[in-house]
Amino acid sequence: MREKEKILSIRNLGISFETTAGVVNAVRGVNLDVYRGETVALVGESGSGKSVSARAIMGILAKNGTIDSGNITLSYYRQEEKVTREILSMEKKEIRRHVNGKRVAMVFQDPMTSLNPLIPVGKQVMEGMLWHYHTPKEEARQKALELLQLVGITDAEKRMKNYPHQLSGGMRQRVVIAIALSCDPDLLICDEPTTALDVTIQSKILELIQTIQKKKKLSVIYITHDLGVVAKVADYVNVMYAGKIVESGTVNEIFYEPKHPYTWGLLSAMPDLGTDDERLYTIPGSPPNLLHKVTGDAFAPRNKYALKIDSRVEPPMFKVSETHYAATWLLHPNAPKVDMPAELRARIERMMKEGEHDGETGKQ
Amino acid sequence: MAKQESSKISPLLEVKGLRQYFRINRKFTVKAVEDVSFYINPGETYGLVGESGSGKTTIGRSVIHLYEPTAGEIRFDGTDISGRLKKEVEKNLRVNMQMIFQDPMACLNPRRKVGDIIAQGLDIHHRYASGKEREEMVADILHKVGLAPEHANRYPHQFSGGQRQRVGIARALIMNPKLIIADECISALDMSIQAQVVNLMKDIQQENKMAYLFIAHDLSMVKYISDRIGVLHLGYLLETGTTEEIFSHPVHPYTKSLLSAIPHPNPLAERKRLSLRYDYKTSGIEYGEGTMHQVEGTHFVRCTDKEFNAWS
Repeated sequence: MREKEKILSIRNLGISFETTAGVVNAVRGVNLDVYRGETVALVGESGSGKSVSARAIMGILAKNGTIDSGNITLSYYRQEEKVTREILSMEKKEIRRHVNGKRVAMVFQDPMTSLNPLIPVGKQVMEGMLWHYHTPKEEARQKALELLQLVGITDAEKRMKNYPHQLSGGMRQRVVIAIALSCDPDLLICDEPTTALDVTIQSKILELIQTIQKKKKLSVIYITHDLGVVAKVADYVNVMYAGKIVESGTVNEIFYEPKHPYTWGLLSAMPDLGTDDERLYTIPGSPPNLLHKVTGDAFAPRNKYALKIDSRVEPPMFKVSETHYAATWLLHPNAPKVDMPAELRARIERMMKEGEHDGETGKQ
Repeated sequence: MAKQESSKISPLLEVKGLRQYFRINRKFTVKAVEDVSFYINPGETYGLVGESGSGKTTIGRSVIHLYEPTAGEIRFDGTDISGRLKKEVEKNLRVNMQMIFQDPMACLNPRRKVGDIIAQGLDIHHRYASGKEREEMVADILHKVGLAPEHANRYPHQFSGGQRQRVGIARALIMNPKLIIADECISALDMSIQAQVVNLMKDIQQENKMAYLFIAHDLSMVKYISDRIGVLHLGYLLETGTTEEIFSHPVHPYTKSLLSAIPHPNPLAERKRLSLRYDYKTSGIEYGEGTMHQVEGTHFVRCTDKEFNAWS
């Protein structure tokens, strides 16, 4: 087997925004690696910095945002020759020319606002190819047609001439995906691709992205707050809280052996279709306001397992296994031994049993 | 038949054959709701689920009389509230039925203090003898929804999303209604905050014994809060029954596909699961031809006789 090829690496990324109320430290030191053909999920509440990190990769931060620290390197092939570039040191124009759409493509949350209402969708799919590769028009048209068929649009020939308002929400999101795929990117960033859609359409879109990913050896970053979606698509999961990644690991590690109290909270708060508990577990309080400087662990005020040190010193990433890291002092060798809540433990055991059981029925 | 059942407990809200059409122009009428019947007992939570455009919000709005129903009957607390209302009926309706909206920022007047927003119903219906009593009532309700009395002097923008939704709930609660219509009231909130609000709604229900009409598209939350569920598609109520009945024995293919589409937060099982496909146009099912068939108990499904035999 060939060694895994790293295509994106983010190191110690820090982003702040200048607002009328003061400086907001939206992202405070994010590390992330993406390998070819793999799916990475970024999970967190709104305001945890997941979208902002993704936008930094594309170089499309809002005007009041500045990148304080860190670097983002992207590796890709140009005529069979491997190129590694540092995105943060590139000019905006250069990013536009060489990265956006061509190497890294993005699918936004709302398909309503990411399409141009004045241009037929077929033309919008062709646009990227004409601009990046100078594809002859007829060839681009042919390719756009194939792409629309690939994303499951029936009657693609006719639909090419339609305007966005003539398509339904699910169809529009498919068009957006077709546009993202039009220039054969190496990395696809999906920023809450299905939040605006219904569950039935959501599952179709997710399965569509998965099949295309397999076909084209695409790497995908999913940004979402829906743990169900994460369980369905992700290989690796990064849990973000208050601008930091607090836990990262493979999907099984995060779901079955979570180590960070915030992850425990997230998993417990999910309404589970299998339980009939009277009350949902809730994480008390609300996320911190990043206008104020955070000392120690940002999650400490909401964490009933918080240690004294949590309010003074920020925990580093402790290694749990080769792929599993968590930023909590509870993993320090000197820390008191705290296990996840008993209810969550019971739930995870039930989930694992269910997984095995479903596996058997799935084989039949 | 509903009459015979009602000899035990009479339902708080009864909707019979509700149709709601919107005439766009001479040639085109949007048929948002077609022949929908359901009932809600006092103290019960009824969940309405369906995809966007299925008419769930329209039903909520028809029930609270924001629209005049095209056809059908809505009975609330024993009186007919479809058609034009008498003054005292309308007054009773406006007190005993309240609504919580989806977007807590959009439904609170940004120029009024939270205390005044909450007390507006009291002001209109003259429910207090003195300013002090009004203040006490507001403080009481704020405490109940987990806010502090001093929050009454703040403006909506000074609250976080979850707190704003609590204000919306407080405003609905202060009239001590019998029925609250919650229209997607948690969809705009973060997941950890959603759980807080849902728990709050459940606690308050236990305390005050009011009924909820809970409209949402998030099935897992609906399952969690509802006693009974109705599944809507394209304006038709396809299946209704207790939460248990709907989730463990769905009968209608649409319900099945809807349930199968919910992603489970369980990677091992989720990887192997495939969701069912359902397409109304190619399924060969004509909703308009079906009638409600009883599966068992309170579990009903809309279909023709032939389909009913095939499915069950």
